[in-house]
Amino acid sequence: MKNIASDYLIYDETKGIYKEDPEQAVRDDVEKHQWAGVLHIILRDWRLYIMLVPMILVFLFWRYFPMYELLGCFKVSDEVKPVAQQFYKGFSEFKGLLFGSSAKSYDFWRAMRNTFLLSFYGLCFGFPMPIIIALFFNEIRSNVARSVYQVMTYLPKFMSTVVMTTLVTMLVKQGSLTSSMGVLSQLFVKLGLITSEVGNAGLLNAPGFFRAIYLVSGIWEGAGYDSIVFFAAIIAIAPTSYEAAQIDGAGKMAQMRYVVLPSILSTIVIMLISRIGSLLNVGYEKVLLLYNTNTYMTADVVSTFAQRYGIQGSLKGLASAAEMMNNVVGMLLVISANTIARKASDVSLY
Amino acid sequence: MKRKLEISELIFKIISYLLLTIFAIACLYPFVYAISAALSGRADVEYSRVVLFPKNIQFEAFKTMFTDNLFWNSYANTLYLTFFGTLWALGVALLGAYALSKKRLLFRKGFNFFLVFTMWFSAGIVPQYINYLNTQKVFNAVGIKDDKWLVIIAMGMAAMNIILLRNAFEGVPSEIEEAAIVDGATEFQILGKVYIPMCKSTIATVALFFGISRWNGYFWARQMISNASERPLQVFIRLKLEEFTDPEHMAGWNEVYASDSIIYALIVCSVIPILVIYPFIQKYFAKGVNMGGVKE
Repeated sequence: MKNIASDYLIYDETKGIYKEDPEQAVRDDVEKHQWAGVLHIILRDWRLYIMLVPMILVFLFWRYFPMYELLGCFKVSDEVKPVAQQFYKGFSEFKGLLFGSSAKSYDFWRAMRNTFLLSFYGLCFGFPMPIIIALFFNEIRSNVARSVYQVMTYLPKFMSTVVMTTLVTMLVKQGSLTSSMGVLSQLFVKLGLITSEVGNAGLLNAPGFFRAIYLVSGIWEGAGYDSIVFFAAIIAIAPTSYEAAQIDGAGKMAQMRYVVLPSILSTIVIMLISRIGSLLNVGYEKVLLLYNTNTYMTADVVSTFAQRYGIQGSLKGLASAAEMMNNVVGMLLVISANTIARKASDVSLY
Repeated sequence: MKRKLEISELIFKIISYLLLTIFAIACLYPFVYAISAALSGRADVEYSRVVLFPKNIQFEAFKTMFTDNLFWNSYANTLYLTFFGTLWALGVALLGAYALSKKRLLFRKGFNFFLVFTMWFSAGIVPQYINYLNTQKVFNAVGIKDDKWLVIIAMGMAAMNIILLRNAFEGVPSEIEEAAIVDGATEFQILGKVYIPMCKSTIATVALFFGISRWNGYFWARQMISNASERPLQVFIRLKLEEFTDPEHMAGWNEVYASDSIIYALIVCSVIPILVIYPFIQKYFAKGVNMGGVKE
């Protein structure tokens, strides 16, 4: 085998040093030898391609093979045969879900609406919170005090979804003859936010409160930790910017409006776009752990719909069709959000 | 003019401190409450007389937990899954990311798209479930009977983490690699002796991302691991919660502690290891977010 170095270290005359120009080397090789050149490059860098093999196999087996299983949506579902041997039946599952009048179609549309609403409310209420918290952190001049606050507010992020939902379930649990309702429910009753009947029946059994619980627990869990990105952008602002604004007579609000906001705007836009891109990716694990038959009305999202019909039940074709529609729309959102980001600010997320 | 400025600043500062304090207390309170409720007497928990500090302290709830073999078993399983799962995922990600970071790699754009596409589109949980069932059959056929290895090998890979590593590797100056090549190092030696030591903090961050997701993994572990002695901690906690909120089970409750105390004790036990390593890992997390945010 030839010495690797001689092939793609080129002499840079302006700097007087040897410099890597790998792409030119690759282009030259392919041009010179055509397919023999390709083979030559692969043979030369065979170790690199060996390194890629485990990654490609993992993604192929457990990310791309499931996509092949999606063919089941278009075929007559047959539990015994593998998907390749089943017969095609076209788009009937999709039509049934979208335009049918069955209970399944109703459930599907409800799940679609809930998925969108949960994400949308998360965007409206959950997204600004980390920014606000970052602004507050910026007000604390003492490093020690700020670290204490940061350590405390990042803490919930390190709990697992199961532990978090278990805590929530216990704190708002229903009352019974032998025990009273959870402490959080009691606090809400005292504050007049809910009536004691609702508290006694259990907040998680009330369809009207599911979205609020989902949102507030999400903010509680993530707002402190998510503020890191924005805080980093805020402390990068030069102190002279504030001084200049002060000399111009800007008060605190004016400084926020004309100094801080423009400086962190690009970070906000990037985070917002990535958030919009994952608008239809509701954390199904959390919903699954918090919802029950009483709250399907507001809680059931597409993934939990698919889990109920396809994994607990046996309507695999129907469940995958429902999720596929959701995920295709989600992908279109990601791609368009990314395109907009690239056009608007020369940064792309991927 | 000067006075007005000071007042508006002062008001904002007071509001900041006030709201941050409320938020920080809200973040901390559930943990304190969980500890107190796990330690308090039965009636105090059942009638929610515990507010902040434990009342009529008992240790029976913790004692019951600690004498439960399944609890220790699930803890050991979680540690096992976290250790080997992180090792496997990190190994695969390091090798793949190193190869992808090389501009001379042929079809580099194609391989990148292969990765990124999985972030855009996922087949969904039902096809994944069918796929895991098939994998289980294959694994059983080749002699891997332990479902933990199915979870370790088939799950937990994330394209985002590979991209983070690739970006870090791309930032290593090529002169250093060239020096190693001139010294006759092979690709594996360059990765092990140049790139890994130079990107230690990114690798630590990515290892933490993998580790945390393994530690927290619930849904697929519950779907795929049928044997009770192989279940991880998260599944154990959830099953206990489902068992203890079942009214039928509660009817015959006859202990000195409330059934809720067991759940709170479990929560405390599962959070403590994270709290212990939290001060050490916190800085890596902050760094990882800053690096992982955007890449052109």
